[in-house]
Amino acid sequence: MSASLLGAVAAILVFIFIVILLRRGLLKEKYAVLWLLFAAVTVVFALVPGALRWVSDLLGVEIPSNLIFFATSTLLILVSIQMNYELSRHEARIRRLAEEVALLRERLDEREGESGGTP
Amino acid sequence: MSRVLVAIPAWNEEPSIPGVISKVASHRPDADILVVDDGSTDSTAKVAAKAGAAVVSLPFNVGVGGAMRTAFLYAIRKGYDVVIQVDADGQHEPAELDDLIDSLQEADIVVGNRFHAGSTYAVRGPRRWAMKMLGFWLSRMAGATISDPTSGFRSAGPRAVQLFAVNYPAEYLGDTVGSLSIAIRHGLSVGQAPVTMYFREHGRPSKNALWSTLYLGRATLALVVTALKNPRDGREEVV
Repeated sequence: MSASLLGAVAAILVFIFIVILLRRGLLKEKYAVLWLLFAAVTVVFALVPGALRWVSDLLGVEIPSNLIFFATSTLLILVSIQMNYELSRHEARIRRLAEEVALLRERLDEREGESGGTP
Repeated sequence: MSRVLVAIPAWNEEPSIPGVISKVASHRPDADILVVDDGSTDSTAKVAAKAGAAVVSLPFNVGVGGAMRTAFLYAIRKGYDVVIQVDADGQHEPAELDDLIDSLQEADIVVGNRFHAGSTYAVRGPRRWAMKMLGFWLSRMAGATISDPTSGFRSAGPRAVQLFAVNYPAEYLGDTVGSLSIAIRHGLSVGQAPVTMYFREHGRPSKNALWSTLYLGRATLALVVTALKNPRDGREEVV
């Protein structure tokens, strides 16, 4: 019982933290969704006795805690894949911006040279 | 006399954009036209410039919200008082720009309502429910009727332009629902004016059942996030 209570408290804390970050505009919704969903599900499982065992039996998992480990690692894998995806996108965009700036600077230098100004 | 900027976010709208620009220009010769080319891979920027619009080209696609952020920044730096958003695909009627501009006498933001009595525009299913829910919530927040919060045909007066130049959401639905919510929570007033909605001149409408259901989910999320957000806490940016 104390273990599930601990789980519920931890999940609620995570939930509150994510909501605060969202409120302040420090976290975008697309990153918040997975965490909020996970926190909500954790609270349900922690507070509804027998819910975890019922789902474990349904999925044929013999030891309910193994289901928790499986679900947790799945979430972490999903989150890191999402982060890698976003990071790759940002790398490409930053490279593109650097190229734009370099080309703009070249055009600016060219113009200043034409009008006789100091570069 | 206020300086008016018609902002047209455009992503691969080469076939339709020259027509939109010439219609706007002939109807409102007093207004300047800005096309925000949102990372188009076709010749949108070229044909828009040829049609007489000022063109700002983003190096990659950032979405309508991101394109409008650029437009508001452009407007504030160039000293425009009024910004009107018009779609590039020819769905909006440029003659109705007058209504949207004139109604700014009574409100800081005027949203073009596609669902007025006599309108032939209709949306069904989850997408319609989402629009209804968003409209109900935002109307309550604003203390005024907002029948069509996701309309992309809208005008912003001086106070709204000031606000949106430093605080405009780029998230999903940010350009429609998110921006209205920010404006309302900063004490700006919202009005509406009936507009006509044409079917797209080119391209396919993005409306199938799965997409609509996803839209409902994302709209709900956008609404919850919007309701949670503390506007005074928002990260405002330097102009």
